[in-house]
Amino acid sequence: MSSESAPTFSSRDAVVCRGVGKTWAAGTKRAHEALRDIDLDIKPGEFVVFLGPSGCGKSTLLYLIAGLEDATDGQIWSFSDKVETPSPERSLIFQETSLFPWLTVWQNVSFGLAIRGASQEERRKVAAEALQRVGLIAAMDKRPDELSGGMRQRVAVARALAMRPKVLLMDEPFAALDVQTRARMQDFLLDVWRDSGASVLFVTHHIDEAVALADRVVVFTSRPGRIKTIYPIDLPRPRNLFSREAEAMRIQLTELLRDEVDRAFAEQEAFAAPA
Amino acid sequence: MAVVTRDGEASAAAGASRPAAATRLLASMAGLDWLAKVWWTCLSISLFAGLWELCWAMGWADEKLLPPPHIFLDNIAEQGRFFNTATRWQVGTSMTEGPSAFESVLITGAATTMRVFVGLVLASVLAIAVGVLVRYYRFFDRLVLPTITLLSPVSPIAWLPVAIFLFGIGNAPAIFMVVVALFFHMVLATINQIDTVNTNLINVARTMGASKPQIYARVIVPAILPGMLQVLRMNLFGAWMVVLVAESTGVGYGMGQVIMLARNTFNPSLVFFTIAVIGVLGFTFDWLLRLAQRRILYWLPDTAERLRVL
Repeated sequence: MSSESAPTFSSRDAVVCRGVGKTWAAGTKRAHEALRDIDLDIKPGEFVVFLGPSGCGKSTLLYLIAGLEDATDGQIWSFSDKVETPSPERSLIFQETSLFPWLTVWQNVSFGLAIRGASQEERRKVAAEALQRVGLIAAMDKRPDELSGGMRQRVAVARALAMRPKVLLMDEPFAALDVQTRARMQDFLLDVWRDSGASVLFVTHHIDEAVALADRVVVFTSRPGRIKTIYPIDLPRPRNLFSREAEAMRIQLTELLRDEVDRAFAEQEAFAAPA
Repeated sequence: MAVVTRDGEASAAAGASRPAAATRLLASMAGLDWLAKVWWTCLSISLFAGLWELCWAMGWADEKLLPPPHIFLDNIAEQGRFFNTATRWQVGTSMTEGPSAFESVLITGAATTMRVFVGLVLASVLAIAVGVLVRYYRFFDRLVLPTITLLSPVSPIAWLPVAIFLFGIGNAPAIFMVVVALFFHMVLATINQIDTVNTNLINVARTMGASKPQIYARVIVPAILPGMLQVLRMNLFGAWMVVLVAESTGVGYGMGQVIMLARNTFNPSLVFFTIAVIGVLGFTFDWLLRLAQRRILYWLPDTAERLRVL
């Protein structure tokens, strides 16, 4: 059961990555290695944050786990199924608003059921349940452009929850929100996570966010993305983010990231310099 | 990011102080929005007509070549005789029989409008279908796209003989001309629209287990609709231009035929009168399309005002 046990096909872990690598445009002149040698085990119900400098491939790994892109090397399993295509069991929530603007809120939330051909009553019922959980039941018949950015992301979360996913993949979902809204959304997400029992994989480059949310923080190196270290956040929940321990963790994570950011900058400068 | 937002608000506030009076005036007319629009439309046209009349009054514009509006709109009954489509092709009937002048103008205008409408609908349906198929099947893409790109730059004039060879005279060749003039560009525009669909929307549908046909039907087609209606509106004017060419060259009767008659009989008044009628028809058509656009694309915000107050 534990992540330390030998990697096998029968592992019941929520996500298992073995030697995963991704090269974009492989075999061409523009080939660019995004990820290399990722070994990772994520337990059911665990909250894991992917932390790293911009462009380090952490989002790429999320897309690979979602099954939206194929890994160039290695293999990914989820609950002993090999990940080859996208699945409703692994919902992905994007950084930008990804609601369908031509559908109402409840139609957006029940989109996955419409795909399966569910009846209108069933879709409305499931949508109402999911919207209840994110506190937006009143906005059911509104259109996405009538909502604020934070509300839209809550609808996106409701849409993911309506599929009853076992793994919730989140690609910097709160990056476009202001600081206060983001703090509220983090609390909201923790509630949703506790209720749903799903594993959450959360990509961010905010150290504060990582310390506030994660059971474990996976720190990435800059290009190609590799796992630099896995840093456990063993603070009790609900967390006091102003405590001495939380501050110490933020400082340590900052230290860990600084080398990578420096390296990324040096690389960018070398790239920009005339040949 | 917070800093950027604050900057944006600050500059917006600074800009708002100057045209505040105008804004308030506009706001007070909020309920009379359409009336203001009618007023501005009339003013715009009057300005143009007024300049023309001025040129005539100053003696710069010869009324035999460039008759100003008050001359060519003076005797609608006289002009309308030339639109008398019901009787003009029959031997032994005089120009004065049949529908009244006003009715004749209506009949001719309606015939041309119908051709534009049918052509536009056919061209859009075909173009969207082909555009979607090109992106859906790689095989279809490779097989069809080169030919479409090849035919795209061909002027509709070149298709005119083909229209007559294939369809003789009547409605069919005029409609064919409209379709052929719009179809190729609209296919390319459709493909371009499909390529710019937000990939997040497609990925959301994929993670929910949507199949390829479902993604096309439920995500890609609704997502390209706004752009396609814009393309349609641009092509509406193209359709009006082409239909005139089709009608003027041996394709039966219609506005284009009247223009040709006016040319052959050296009747500038009739030319300008017909241009005025075409203008009104095209304007109305565009207005209806914009109304439909607002209905169909209820989810799009109105950005014109936001761009103007910058």
